[in-house]
Amino acid sequence: MAVATASDPSPIQVLADVGKSKSLRTLLRVLILCFIAGAAVSSRLFSVIRRSSPIAHSKRRMVLTAACFESIIHEFDPWFNFRATKYLIANGFYDFWDWFDDRTWHPLGRVTGGTLYPGLMVTSGAIYHALRALTIPVDIRNICVLLAPAFSGLTAFAAYLLTNEMTTNTSAGLLAAAFMGITPGYISRSVAGSYDNEAIAIFLLVFTFYLWIKALKLGSVLWGALCALFYGYMVASWGGYAFITCLVPLHAFVLICMGRYSTRLYVSYTTWYALGTLASMQIPFVGFLPVRTSEHMPALGIFGFLQLVAFIYYIRSALSGAQFKAFLFVGLGAVFGLALLALVAMTSAGYIAPWSGRFYSLWDTGYAKIHIPIIASVSEHQPTAWPAFFFDLNMLIWLFPAGVYLCFQDLKDEHVFVVVYALFGSYFAGVMVRLMLTLTPIVCVAAAMASSQLLSTFLSVKSPKVKDPEQEDATDSSSKKAKQNTGSLRSANSPYVGVYSFLSKGLVSGIMTIYLLLFVLHCTWVTSNAYSSPSVVLASRMPDGSQHIIDDYREAYQWLRQNTKEDAKIMSWWDYGYQIGGMADRPTLVDNNTWNNTHIATVGKAMSSSEEVSYPIMRQHEVDYVLVVFGGLLGYSGDDINKFLWMVRIAEGIWPDEVSERKFFTPRGEYRVDGDATETMKNSLMYKMSYYNYHTMFPPGQAQDRVRGVRLPDTGPVLNTLDEAFTSENWIIRIYKVKDLDNVGRDHAAAASFERGHKKKKATKKRGPRALRVE
Amino acid sequence: MAPKKSQANAAPVVTTGTTTTTVPAVSTPAKKPSSDAWSNVASNILSHYQKTTPQRTKLIDLFMAFLVLVGGLQFVYCVVAGNYPFNAFLSGFSATVGQFVLTASLRIQTTEANKADFPSVSPERAFADYVVGSLILHFFCVNFIN
Repeated sequence: MAVATASDPSPIQVLADVGKSKSLRTLLRVLILCFIAGAAVSSRLFSVIRRSSPIAHSKRRMVLTAACFESIIHEFDPWFNFRATKYLIANGFYDFWDWFDDRTWHPLGRVTGGTLYPGLMVTSGAIYHALRALTIPVDIRNICVLLAPAFSGLTAFAAYLLTNEMTTNTSAGLLAAAFMGITPGYISRSVAGSYDNEAIAIFLLVFTFYLWIKALKLGSVLWGALCALFYGYMVASWGGYAFITCLVPLHAFVLICMGRYSTRLYVSYTTWYALGTLASMQIPFVGFLPVRTSEHMPALGIFGFLQLVAFIYYIRSALSGAQFKAFLFVGLGAVFGLALLALVAMTSAGYIAPWSGRFYSLWDTGYAKIHIPIIASVSEHQPTAWPAFFFDLNMLIWLFPAGVYLCFQDLKDEHVFVVVYALFGSYFAGVMVRLMLTLTPIVCVAAAMASSQLLSTFLSVKSPKVKDPEQEDATDSSSKKAKQNTGSLRSANSPYVGVYSFLSKGLVSGIMTIYLLLFVLHCTWVTSNAYSSPSVVLASRMPDGSQHIIDDYREAYQWLRQNTKEDAKIMSWWDYGYQIGGMADRPTLVDNNTWNNTHIATVGKAMSSSEEVSYPIMRQHEVDYVLVVFGGLLGYSGDDINKFLWMVRIAEGIWPDEVSERKFFTPRGEYRVDGDATETMKNSLMYKMSYYNYHTMFPPGQAQDRVRGVRLPDTGPVLNTLDEAFTSENWIIRIYKVKDLDNVGRDHAAAASFERGHKKKKATKKRGPRALRVE
Repeated sequence: MAPKKSQANAAPVVTTGTTTTTVPAVSTPAKKPSSDAWSNVASNILSHYQKTTPQRTKLIDLFMAFLVLVGGLQFVYCVVAGNYPFNAFLSGFSATVGQFVLTASLRIQTTEANKADFPSVSPERAFADYVVGSLILHFFCVNFIN
């Protein structure tokens, strides 16, 4: 299907050349867009249906016997979104708005309703109720799983609209829609089951930009207001709205600096800002941020600046040159100085928060590593590696500069937008892997412009005929180059560009078609291989090539759900908080909403300290079970030992004198887990929990950690304060129960030692040394 | 007051109804005495405004002046008496600001001189847009004011 769409412009072009009726072309366009949406949706279903059809399963999500991935929620954050959506469905909108969640961040709780972006949940809730109203009974889980693919179809449509604003060539829009639909850079965040904010946010991003361009072109309040509404929706959906908040003012600023100020710009920008800012403040999580934080200040600044510019333009119409100059220097200088002073004063007085840490890390990639380990520890906040660009965008990445270049050809306001967006987006995509997502739309648009230009130049069957009658007389009928025209009008005429030989036409369009086909192949391959595994369920290949499903996560969460008390508190590293909350339905200490760094550091400290230190911490937080992820048996590299240093670093940030990263490294600076590991490492709770009893799996002396590739000592660590409660099939998840206080008041080490049959060592002999009686 | 006309210098201004004047080439050469130049500037702006603004637009301008006044009052109150219900202040203040820019947009769109900039916006359309924009604005303000 995608193949067909990618090479579609040719029939369109042919039809256009033949001059068929307009309605037919519209029909074709609608059909093609439908096909593209279909391709976009279906290529995202790899994660749900693979090889065989999904086994019919009961309503419970934890079906352990599935032989293929089923319709499940992926990753980490989606589990929270899913849980929140279920809460919304069950309790209604107002309860959702005021939701205080006491089952996360255990002693503290979380004001969930006020600290989330509700757009996603409300969208799926609305779809759910709409379908129910149409008497289509549908499970909310299926809506959540399929929301992202559905919106990707809309994104493709939005890309079509946006591209059509940029160029008169409608095939460019169709190409952009096709690119947008299947490019892996976007698919990576929108496969079925990845129920994350980005699922709808990218559609809103592209559509908001489309509305902005439309408003700017027409200078219409209505379009500006629509743009503001969708901007509000975007703010409700994703923290990345700041990208729009910065990009639109930047576009306006660049336009003013280029001397392209127009009343249309004034109308569209001020309407957008006045309404959009109010709309964004309706979200409790955003609240007063638009007037308080520096991220939003550029928009406000440009708003004020535009008022000034507009006023100046009005004055200019009333004054002569010299007077205007005097007015400009005095008036403008004073206003600028005052505004700058006010901004500095307000920032230093604390009315306006300086840039937040996440934004600093955008400028200085080393910033987060030093100051905010919790941000740096997330893999998607790492800088992008070069191959990732090619992997995610394939041939679009080299068509992209060509498209941007084409924008310079006739540089209108909307083309300036493409250029600004391209520069901005490329920078951010290079800084943070995650922001590849924001770059993708503009890459698709620019690449579509470039390739459609190429195709429409080389695909026209007719050889170029000279249009100008005067020139027609001068040239001979054979289609040679029409350049030898004499006359002074030559420079006035735009040079007529065209391709004459069928060979070059066929060659170039053939190569282009091959590239497009390869692109489709690449996208399909990447999607099915790299982006469709739901990380909750791991797939591996057996030696005979058959697929083997490793389902330890769900096995363990199901165990928790069935074998522990309803309110048993689970301590784990924050990565697994959302999943425990969603799948096991148990309270957790920390989760992926990392709002309280100290609390996370507490967990980090408990994990990285010795048992004597950790036990009181766990008692204080009423921890019942501790969950660790261990990949040593299977060679699963995303386990807790590999994340351990981040726990240490985060804990060290709060308790520098109790936890020290250095102590986890050997004197030679190595991070080791085998016999040469440092004492601190061997005594840490995380190490003990990971390797407890592990050596019994192997013959003596053969114990091996397959992730780190090292041989482990024969004697495993000893745990005194924890009991092993559960270990999953492949040892990926290990759950320990925290022991209660000892019945007879011994400390746990003594009790455990007694259990093992060691006699209590006498501290002092009862009798003193025998004295020789000398008489 | 920030009403404006774009590039009215480039094309001779043709205004509505009563006064059909081109921009008077203000070429008063007073340059050195700055106070004189300043009074000249002010008087020139004033006379230009008087000449080129139709009656209806003046009404709009009056409304805008009123909005500036109300917004200024709220701001002064915020500075003097504190911003305690910050929601209320923000929505009140941004209601005036938003209404101001919407009105300014209406004024720009209906000004004859800007006709070329807005090929698709007729005065009626401009007014309808204005109403829609204001409705949205006040919906948000009322929702935000608590």
